[in-house]
Amino acid sequence: MAIERTTAFLDIERKTAPKLSPAERLRHYREFMIRRSPEDLQEQAARCMNCGTPFCHGLGCPLDNTIPEFNDLVFNNRWREAADILHLTNNFPEVTGRVCPALCEAACINAIDGQAVSIRDIELAIIENAFEQGWVEPQPPAMLTGKRVAIIGSGPAGLAAAQQLRRAGHQVVVFEKAEKPGGILRYGIPDFKLEKWVLDRRIEQMRAEGVSFKCQVEVGRDVSASYIQRRFDALCVTIGAGKPRDLAIPGRELDGVHLALDFLQQNNRRLDGLPFDGLPIMAEGKRVVVIGGGDTGSDCVGTSLRQGALSVQQIELLPKPPDSRPENNPWPQWPLILRTSTSHEEGGARDWSINTVRFAGDNGHVTGLECVRLEWERTPQGQMKMVPIPGSEFTLQADLVLLAMGFVGPVHEGLLDSLGVAYDPRGNVKTDENMMTSVPGVFAAGDVTTGAWLVVGAIAAGRRMARRVDQYLMGESDLPDCVLPPRL
Amino acid sequence: MKNDWYPEAEGLYDPAYEHDACGVGLVTHIKGEPSRQIVRMGLDMLINLSHRGAVGADPETGDGAGILMQTPHEFLRARCADQGVLLPAKGQYAVGMLYTPRGNPGRCMEIFEKALRDEDLKVLGWRHVPTDPMAVGVTARNACPEVMQVFVANPNLDYLAFERQLYVARRAAENAALAEGGDVAQYFYVPSLGSRTITYKGMMRSQQLERFYEDLRSEDLTSAIAIVHARFSTNTFPSWPLAQPFRAICHNGEINTLRGNINKFMARRSQLFARSFNGDMRKLMPVIVEGMSDSANFDQMLELLYMSGRSLPHAILMMIPEAWGEKYYMGHDRRGFYEYHANFMEPWDGPAAILFTDGAQAGGILDRNGLRPLRYSVTRNDLLILGSETGAIEIDPPDIVARGRLRPGKMMIVDIAKQRVLNNDEVKADITRQQHYRRWVAANRIEFQGFGIGAGATTYDEATLLTRQIAFGYTREDLNSIIMPMAATASEPIGSMGNDTPLAVLSDQPQLVFSYFKQLFAQVTNPPIDPIRERLVMSLTTFLGPESNILEEKPEHARRLKLRSPVLTNADFERIRSSKLPGFRAITLDTTFNVSEGEKGLEQALDKLCADARWCIDEGYALLILSDKSVSAARAPIPSLLAVSAVSHYLINAGIRNRVALLVESGEPREVNHFALLLAYGCDAVNPYLAFETVAHLHAQGVLPRTLTLQDAIENYIKAVSDGILKIMTKMGISTLRSYSGAQIFECLGFSRAFVDKYFTNTASRIGGIGVDHVGRETLMRHAAAYKPRRGVSASLRSGGLYSFRLDGERRLWSPEAIYCMQEAVRRNDKTLYRRFSDLVNDQRDRWTTLRSLLDFKVDPACSISIEEVEPAQEIVKRFVTSAMSFGSISREAHEALAIGMNRMGAMSNSGEGGEDPARYIPLPNGDSRNSAVKQVASARFGVTAEYLANARELQIKIAQGAKPGEGGHLPGHKVNVEIAQTRNSTPGVSLISPPPHHDIYSIEDLAQLIFDLKNANPNARISVKLVSEVGVGTIAAGVAKGHADMILISGGDGGTGASPLSSIKHAGLPWELGLSETHQTLVKNDLRGRVRLQTDGQMRTGRDVAIAALLGAEEYGFGTASLVALGCVMMRKCHLNSCPVGVATQDPRLRARFKGAPEHIVNYFHFVAEELREIMAALGFRAVNEMIGRVDRLKVRDNIEHWKARTLDFSAILHQPAAPPTVARHKVREQDHGIDNVLDRRILKDVLPIIEAGAGRIEKCYLIRNPDRTTGAMVSYEIARRYGSKGLPDDSITLRFAGSAGQSFGAFASRGMTLILEGDANDYVGKGLSGGKLVIYPPRSAAFDPAQNIIVGNVALYGATSGEVYLNGLAGERFAVRNSGARAVVEGVGDHGCEYMTGGIVVVLGQTGVNFAAGMSGGIAYVYDPTQDFDVSCNHDMIDLDPLTDAEDVETVRSMIEAHWQHTGSPRARWMLDDWDTIRRLFVKVFPIEYRRALGQMKKLERNVRTQAERVERM
Repeated sequence: MAIERTTAFLDIERKTAPKLSPAERLRHYREFMIRRSPEDLQEQAARCMNCGTPFCHGLGCPLDNTIPEFNDLVFNNRWREAADILHLTNNFPEVTGRVCPALCEAACINAIDGQAVSIRDIELAIIENAFEQGWVEPQPPAMLTGKRVAIIGSGPAGLAAAQQLRRAGHQVVVFEKAEKPGGILRYGIPDFKLEKWVLDRRIEQMRAEGVSFKCQVEVGRDVSASYIQRRFDALCVTIGAGKPRDLAIPGRELDGVHLALDFLQQNNRRLDGLPFDGLPIMAEGKRVVVIGGGDTGSDCVGTSLRQGALSVQQIELLPKPPDSRPENNPWPQWPLILRTSTSHEEGGARDWSINTVRFAGDNGHVTGLECVRLEWERTPQGQMKMVPIPGSEFTLQADLVLLAMGFVGPVHEGLLDSLGVAYDPRGNVKTDENMMTSVPGVFAAGDVTTGAWLVVGAIAAGRRMARRVDQYLMGESDLPDCVLPPRL
Repeated sequence: MKNDWYPEAEGLYDPAYEHDACGVGLVTHIKGEPSRQIVRMGLDMLINLSHRGAVGADPETGDGAGILMQTPHEFLRARCADQGVLLPAKGQYAVGMLYTPRGNPGRCMEIFEKALRDEDLKVLGWRHVPTDPMAVGVTARNACPEVMQVFVANPNLDYLAFERQLYVARRAAENAALAEGGDVAQYFYVPSLGSRTITYKGMMRSQQLERFYEDLRSEDLTSAIAIVHARFSTNTFPSWPLAQPFRAICHNGEINTLRGNINKFMARRSQLFARSFNGDMRKLMPVIVEGMSDSANFDQMLELLYMSGRSLPHAILMMIPEAWGEKYYMGHDRRGFYEYHANFMEPWDGPAAILFTDGAQAGGILDRNGLRPLRYSVTRNDLLILGSETGAIEIDPPDIVARGRLRPGKMMIVDIAKQRVLNNDEVKADITRQQHYRRWVAANRIEFQGFGIGAGATTYDEATLLTRQIAFGYTREDLNSIIMPMAATASEPIGSMGNDTPLAVLSDQPQLVFSYFKQLFAQVTNPPIDPIRERLVMSLTTFLGPESNILEEKPEHARRLKLRSPVLTNADFERIRSSKLPGFRAITLDTTFNVSEGEKGLEQALDKLCADARWCIDEGYALLILSDKSVSAARAPIPSLLAVSAVSHYLINAGIRNRVALLVESGEPREVNHFALLLAYGCDAVNPYLAFETVAHLHAQGVLPRTLTLQDAIENYIKAVSDGILKIMTKMGISTLRSYSGAQIFECLGFSRAFVDKYFTNTASRIGGIGVDHVGRETLMRHAAAYKPRRGVSASLRSGGLYSFRLDGERRLWSPEAIYCMQEAVRRNDKTLYRRFSDLVNDQRDRWTTLRSLLDFKVDPACSISIEEVEPAQEIVKRFVTSAMSFGSISREAHEALAIGMNRMGAMSNSGEGGEDPARYIPLPNGDSRNSAVKQVASARFGVTAEYLANARELQIKIAQGAKPGEGGHLPGHKVNVEIAQTRNSTPGVSLISPPPHHDIYSIEDLAQLIFDLKNANPNARISVKLVSEVGVGTIAAGVAKGHADMILISGGDGGTGASPLSSIKHAGLPWELGLSETHQTLVKNDLRGRVRLQTDGQMRTGRDVAIAALLGAEEYGFGTASLVALGCVMMRKCHLNSCPVGVATQDPRLRARFKGAPEHIVNYFHFVAEELREIMAALGFRAVNEMIGRVDRLKVRDNIEHWKARTLDFSAILHQPAAPPTVARHKVREQDHGIDNVLDRRILKDVLPIIEAGAGRIEKCYLIRNPDRTTGAMVSYEIARRYGSKGLPDDSITLRFAGSAGQSFGAFASRGMTLILEGDANDYVGKGLSGGKLVIYPPRSAAFDPAQNIIVGNVALYGATSGEVYLNGLAGERFAVRNSGARAVVEGVGDHGCEYMTGGIVVVLGQTGVNFAAGMSGGIAYVYDPTQDFDVSCNHDMIDLDPLTDAEDVETVRSMIEAHWQHTGSPRARWMLDDWDTIRRLFVKVFPIEYRRALGQMKKLERNVRTQAERVERM
């Protein structure tokens, strides 16, 4: 391939994976990104400048992925080594390659004035190719330490920690309250973004390595925390920050007003042929309003459209983000700009600076939202304050309202309270520099300690914790560490 | 024991790094008639060379002067008779000069007498030599000796036997005096002792010599030979014995390889055996006395060789052989002579002009590179005058028979017995045929069949490769950034920007022993060499096998194994290992140690290894192979450098090193610097087996280009290593591996004294550090990573992080976070963000990186003051400069933003070495100025015109650059766009090469001359000199201060670059903390500090950095990288690829458009730094920066350093307060006296200024000129250039006629409108930087000789000339028109390296050229008269084609230039050429650079297109 590597970032256009058309993808829940040819990705990898100071690696990626190195290897058609390098820092590139917002691409030096290298596509291609070639094999530990570690919660943090600790030779048991492991990956993220066979494939590898999964066991309810504490040498809490933010306004009790996660979870379970609690929440034939403009909100939009909603309207309290970076949000910060997710491409409408004052109902069923438009002002202290615009009140008709307003933190009741761990002022589990909670031998990582954040952050936290647990158990550890990215 | 002629080492000052240089001269009567006139002429010559000597803080104390001559028999007999001593007949006695304590000579005399008696020699008597201490300066007077003469009878021995006996007695006396200690040891010194010669010398200025020695004023003191020397030393300490001449020679230059030469001599000690000394060499030891100067050591070695029975010229040829590589045309016998001697004597390498005499013969020789001038005249009355400059003695033109110069590697002597001058060939023919050297070599030399041909099979063991790579500390960067590119492209990888990773001793990652060493390099006192363009003088040939006694000559001396390269393939190595040759048996010594013994196991293993080596020698093995191939889970490798150096020094100490060759078979060496280190510490040849396996593995993986066979890849790798070694050698100015080998040209950073003394003896290591156990621990850490089972991770190489930022690699101070914070801080003018940045950089407690991070301020709250009392930031910022960055290396936008920003603050930006667009000299409408206040003058002299110089506030001579000291540069043609070509006076598309040295600075007195040149070219600019930190930089700086620099910049070795080999960025040069404190301490010690400002730079970022620099002694502070980061640089480290994505370091218009920097960012950044500094000043209680300069007492080492390596460091040398009286200034308090108040130009200006001011009219004037009249014309040119810029005045407005011998730099920087006509001759640097003026030089009309056969100008004429015309009726020296970019010149013949690096202009040579013509010539055209059609033999063809002169345009150009030459000079040769032009023109060849031809073609095409278009438009 005759590519002038030095100027490839100028000569070659950034390309991301092509997608099926919205009309086509709405017919099913399967992934709709189209895999690209290796040649195509080599060309894209050539755009990587192999920076002396790679911000993607040094600042963007919470996992410390050595992005320039795997880009270079892909460019040089050395896919196997690329997979090796990728696996040095990331347990589940097939997950981050699908669902990560790619902080690395935001920090890519090419993104200052041009177009970032399509790092996420390259990552995904490396790992999928590696699976296809049979290069991803179980790596059972060469020797066993005889130590037992319990991991409670099988989301990304728990799974990453489990794999790391097992490979270090410990006996690892993962407790999961649901039927199958995966946590948010399995029950939160819609299939069209992450098909569940992807998880099954990786969990298969973990089982082969000797990780034991105890599903449908909720520690703190089905078994006591103290029982686990006695049976294990260390305990890792990775239960996430599952408590959603609710909207305590009149009419909240009406039928048809649901938390987004209930809606999404049901759908995923339904697709997996699993039973679920409560009545089905379906968007088919309904006017759907999604409150909340984040990723969960957009997942609700995509799912509603697939279920056959009559209309989908998404509203957001905050003002509409700008189309390009404002001056106070410079590179390499994560750009706070208007993002159009794949779900938005598929349909529905969006509006911003809207506060919902009450839900209107008829016969106990929601019929609409009474809203008011907002103006955002900056207080002398520099904080943003919302001010309703007089006379801007309006009503949105709705048969189904989905509340996707984020999460307030971990659920304290049950496990956490019975363990007796201390909390930080925001209600997250407090940990020390060894990621240990206030209870000796009990560690925590991921959203349960930070509040809801990204999958990639949870994997990183799981890896970081694994090293510390290993150190705690053995006095030393060969497991790699993972550097916390600075806050800009 | 040592003499303390220098002060003791103190703080960072160490006398071992003193240098000296000078002017030299020889006057001799060819027929050997002694006369007063010869002595008188010698003394006159000395005075006329005095500008080459120097004075120190006390202007009356010179560095040294002296005269060596024949024993003045009549004079001595008369004087002795007065004192009742009766001298026998001439030659029947010897006279000795003796220094003794003043007023108390008794004890010294006793010692001397006893030693003489012990050798059965009879003392006839003593004479007190009348001296006048009042004649010398105060400093010199305080150490002034009493001088005594001793007379010793010859007990009827032949000449040599007598001299030998005297020699033994003298050595015994010297040793006895030393043993006695006290005053005796300090004063006792014998300037000369012999039957034919005598030396009068001392620490004084040239003019003071005859005032001091009454003898020299005596009319009856006569000699037929006089050799004189004026010394310029880097120090100002009283050192009478180091004045020259020595016993047989005087030397101008510098022996670069001294350490290696001394080590080799020590290694040969036990082998020394000479019947002539009755086999007893003990009294002579140590022969080479350490702690003296390089020249003194040279003299001592030479003396030994001479005493062994060789003639003086023979002995000198052994030590300073000419280059005898394939490119040199040379007879077989002479080549045989050199090869024979190469077997047992390595060159004493370095710039050298040596004059010598033993009283019967007298002569001179130049080193192979011809880096010092020697000019001669032969007169009708049988005088030969030979010296550094022509014209030092005035001779009536009609008396001159011949005028010439010594050429590189050539020698000439006067043999008084033969009563004539013997030229080079005559001398050498005699010497080289004394024995059948050629046959001896042919019969004995061993060259393996097929040796070095083909790499043979290289295999790798897949199963263990990765494990072993980990055990030897390989990283992914080693594979991808080092080995892979070397195997793929056969060259060393290039990188950019500086080094911001931790020093090895501060790093958390286990470091290789190699990483603790930093390459040393030549600066000022000797020049680096160009290993590519001047490859012909270089050699990697080595000889293996036992050496023989150097005091004898036998055929068996040549029985050695000859290697062409020290890097051996596996096949080569196996052949050596299995050698069955008698006397060449090989044995392998295991260099691994038992892991179970822990870190202590290393030292034990080393002891055993040394003992084993000794046993092997006793058993008769000649090739010792140190091999770590048995590395395994149980055995860890001894670091290869430690192993080889330990064994080598152990054997040197035992005096048996030269009985064996040490070969290293190791998995460790992989990058160029590793190989250089192994060789420098005693290894004779290396087999890097693991690097080869790695190449083979990369090849098998398909990582290397498909077209490459494995064999090619291995050969590429070896070639890259070999070229890299050459490059490292040349940085120190060393030409041959034989003299580099064992020369230890490195400084160690972070090893304890004891550790270094034992294993790396005589290597500088100034801040202590770790010991052998720490090294053991680091080795075991690597070993454990490889062999200890690891839980949970698959085996893999570490990332590295040395060349790119890696989170798991070495810490980098320019982290993404730091870059972000700083850039946002300056963009938003946000102090909080700046503080976050400076905290990130300053606080290194978790990961130590820099030396300064380990220092802390001594804050006494009682002294602290309020910040309002501290001088304001607006004042402080004026001390800030941006480091030199050329337009070309960075974009126009970035370059101008820097200039505007700095100018707004009254601070200074630096143009770098790429010239500057004159449009920038005119302020912008808003008052901003884009003019760089500092204009750099670097080795390529790009764009250095009279106008450029006239528009500077400071002129900076760049001697070295932190990222690549001692190296040149190469800007490839595709980067030279129209704009860059314009500012650099070159052609778009034509490569630009920067030579490694300034071709007008080979020595310290040359630098003084360039300073003088620049001061004349702009009397209002201050002159600064940029040096790079390394051990000894302080003494160099002292020399520079004595050479009248106004400011000295000490750059840290970590500084940035636009393109440099990775190994140079990482491994050359030292941190500024060391260089700065050494310089400050040395200058204070010499009382020179008050004359110069000090500036420092190199990874300077924050106010804390500045505060530490100030306390260590700097007044000004430079920021390179940081100022670019402020403008948007994101440390891509791809400057060399032109692909800078933020438009800073690129010329690509697409990328330049992305530039977002602004002058405000620069202003904001520097104000932040100043404010941070103010806070520190307030806390320390300093109101003004000047108060804190050099206040090391306010610094301390940080408390609680726990890092296991960092805590071993000892900062006391850095924090040392030099002992000096309070009257001695600690910062600059007075101006230098540049000596430009009474130069000839001042007189000329009186005559011509009205014309210049008027800008119209014409004037013609005549002046007499002498060699002390230097840089004539430059000041006149300044007056023109500052008014009229480069367009100057109308041609021939000012015509200046001169008669006599002009001093150096005649016509330098002469502007358009000036015509300088000289009847006589001129010294070096004629027409340097010529800027449009016209120079005409022809011999005196009354001279009898043929101008075409005689030298008329010295070396390096037209260096960096940019335009103008030159007509020289005679021969020019070496490097004629070097780096000429626009001048047109006609000359009758040139020396070696003519038209080197030329990029433009036209040179017509009407006669012979030396070798290597047109090396690195990328542009311009030369036309050479080549009647014998063998010009191509002496031409360097790499970049040029030779065409016949057929094109009509060419023919006319040459004809008209010869015509003009005839008209201006009346050259007879020009006349007959013109008269027979049709025949003659066919004998010219055109030297046409290939790139230039292409570029011209493209330009023509472009013009044609434009024309056709224009025509088309017209037609329409």
